[in-house]
Amino acid sequence: MKILVPVKRVADPDNADKVKVSADASQVTSDGLEWKMNPFDEWSLEAALRLTENAAEKKRTGEVVLVSIGPDDAVQTMRQGLAMGAERGILVQSNDGDLDSGVVASVLAKIAADETPDVVFLGKQSADGDSNVAGTKLAELLGWPLVNYATKIVTDDEGKSFTVTRELDTGVQTIKVTGPCVFTSSDRILQPTSIKNGQTPDDFAYPASEGGRYASLKGIMAAKKKPVDTKALSDLEPADRTDEYLSFALPEGRTGSVAFVETVDELVGKLQSEAKVL
Amino acid sequence: MTDILVVAELAGGTARKTSFSAIAAAKQMAEATGGAFDILAIGEGADAAADALKGFGARKVLKAEIAGHYWAEKYAPTIAAAAEGAGVVVACASSYGKDLLPRVAAKLGAGVASDITGISSEGGELHYTRPMYAGNVLGTVKITSDKQVVGVRQSAFEASAPAGGDSAVEDFAVVDGDLGDRIEVLSTEVVQSERPELTEAEVVVSGGRSLKSAENFENVLEPLVDAFGAAMGASRAAVDAGYVANDLQVGQTGKVVAPKLYVAVGISGAIQHLAGMKASKCIVAINKDKEAPIAQVADYFLVADLFDAVPEMTKAVSAIKAQG
Ligand SMILES: Cc1cc2nc3c(=O)[nH]c(=O)nc-3n(C[C@H](O)[C@H](O)[C@H](O)COP(=O)(O)OP(=O)(O)OC[C@H]3O[C@@H](n4cnc5c(N)ncnc54)[C@H](O)[C@@H]3O)c2cc1C
Ligand SMILES: Nc1ncnc2c1ncn2[C@@H]1O[C@H](COP(=O)(O)O)[C@@H](O)[C@H]1O
Repeated sequence: MKILVPVKRVADPDNADKVKVSADASQVTSDGLEWKMNPFDEWSLEAALRLTENAAEKKRTGEVVLVSIGPDDAVQTMRQGLAMGAERGILVQSNDGDLDSGVVASVLAKIAADETPDVVFLGKQSADGDSNVAGTKLAELLGWPLVNYATKIVTDDEGKSFTVTRELDTGVQTIKVTGPCVFTSSDRILQPTSIKNGQTPDDFAYPASEGGRYASLKGIMAAKKKPVDTKALSDLEPADRTDEYLSFALPEGRTGSVAFVETVDELVGKLQSEAKVL
Repeated sequence: MTDILVVAELAGGTARKTSFSAIAAAKQMAEATGGAFDILAIGEGADAAADALKGFGARKVLKAEIAGHYWAEKYAPTIAAAAEGAGVVVACASSYGKDLLPRVAAKLGAGVASDITGISSEGGELHYTRPMYAGNVLGTVKITSDKQVVGVRQSAFEASAPAGGDSAVEDFAVVDGDLGDRIEVLSTEVVQSERPELTEAEVVVSGGRSLKSAENFENVLEPLVDAFGAAMGASRAAVDAGYVANDLQVGQTGKVVAPKLYVAVGISGAIQHLAGMKASKCIVAINKDKEAPIAQVADYFLVADLFDAVPEMTKAVSAIKAQG
């Protein structure tokens, strides 16, 4: 099985409250923050690795190809993914300012047509723009089925089709899809037995984790030699950008500073007399 | 003179309340553009739902009855066809809207403004405010394609109430998608709860990892939830651990809530959790660690062990409620 995993680098999401806005309000600046792999993409990458290995025998059984659209140093993010186990990468050189989810989807559609993967496995959203659009647009552009917010995936027919459970606001839905198809993942995709690929024994359980696997030293060394192709954005006939940000602002801080209380009586009293919510 | 099409979200043959927030946004847009808005009821039970949507002042209500489970590929072609005369397609940015709208946008060649919290306009041109970076930046954006697709954050638009209008209801012909044989929904499990919905409740009481078990959610937290007549929420850690179902998660990847009162019980206040609740009017934290980051957004912070404080608070709140 071959899986294409788009990965974006974002300003460290755990420090998103340190992001600033330029004095003329025209730009978001994340100076001083480290670039990280978008956590949502990291989950999808880990899921893709689990779909293409025999975990009990620690053997790769399929191929994971990373794609990143961005400036040259986005390669660093891809190296991290290669160190985790992906086989190769494709960098589509562009300025971050040339992109929106529609441009990204159009470029990914071109690459998918070229690479003919069984699955494109995206993050559900970029942790910087929080758009939640590219995966779904991509599926429509390709004319492929899509399962957003997957929480369990079982491969059937040697990877030609999948039984996927996904999370919705109102509950869960289980879907049978025939590939090639597009997936995005929910927070629960990396639970110990969320993925069954027919190669890893069915009773195998991954250790509980909230993110992707750590790269081993061997993986990091190997990643340096793995191939990364470079393509120019303009060669892939990207769609026109359709959003134009007019300004950015920091949200107003919450007004009241926190009042510490020691007893339930004190708290309830304040909720009644001060906050008037009880 | 841009017209707006609202896609109503249906469940069990009625419009979910998410639809009324989308209608509220559509009204603001129509006012700004001088256009009209229509509502599309699509899915199983559209016939009945359309009738109930007549009173919101729409120019017309379109109904497209499609039997069986929802999936985006099945609905998108019909929605795109219904949007032919519209400049803007709007739905709530619930999981339904998020799953559906970008597909519609791709069909229409439209740009998407997702999860907007505000609308402004300049000379009839629509501008949208949307939170980015887990709510740490607010961007103002306009969409430059001919048609626009907009997802509306439910908690930021107070649900429209029917004002007694009587929109004409018209059948809209269903357009079939061509993925029918490659996708089959085996089951849809809808969570049923007697409690108010998380995104609609005036009071939300959420529990975190510190509750330690599903039993403690039930025996310790739920009595407080019910004493308030509140909705119950949870941190991701509590959902991941299987203490409660995923539909209760509050945060960047869960639901976004803005109730009058939000009580965070044993929740540290990670940046991704704050993204889902910091617009609440009054925030109470119950936590034994004074240094927990939830203090940055809390109005009141009870420094206590939740296993002592929550039962005591349940008694106090029940007593107050009993007095009326
Ligand atoms: C990309 C991404 C998206 C995410 N999205 C979300 C999201 O949507 N929602 C979300 O919630 N999280 C989300 N998370 C996870 C988030 O980062 C935190 O890990 C999570 O919110 C922590 O949950 P918690 O507060 O229950 O647990 P902890 O962080 O472990 O906090 C437990 C708290 O309980 C207190 N405590 C412990 N025992 C007691 C006691 N007996 N009495 C009183 N207090 C006690 C502790 O002092 C501590 O503050 C996301 C993470 C990532 C990376
Ligand atoms: N510049 C990019 N390079 C590679 N993948 C991207 C890029 N931007 C978005 N994606 C993918 O699309 C998903 C959804 O992004 P978005 O629509 O921006 O929220 C992300 O989780 C990534 O998997």
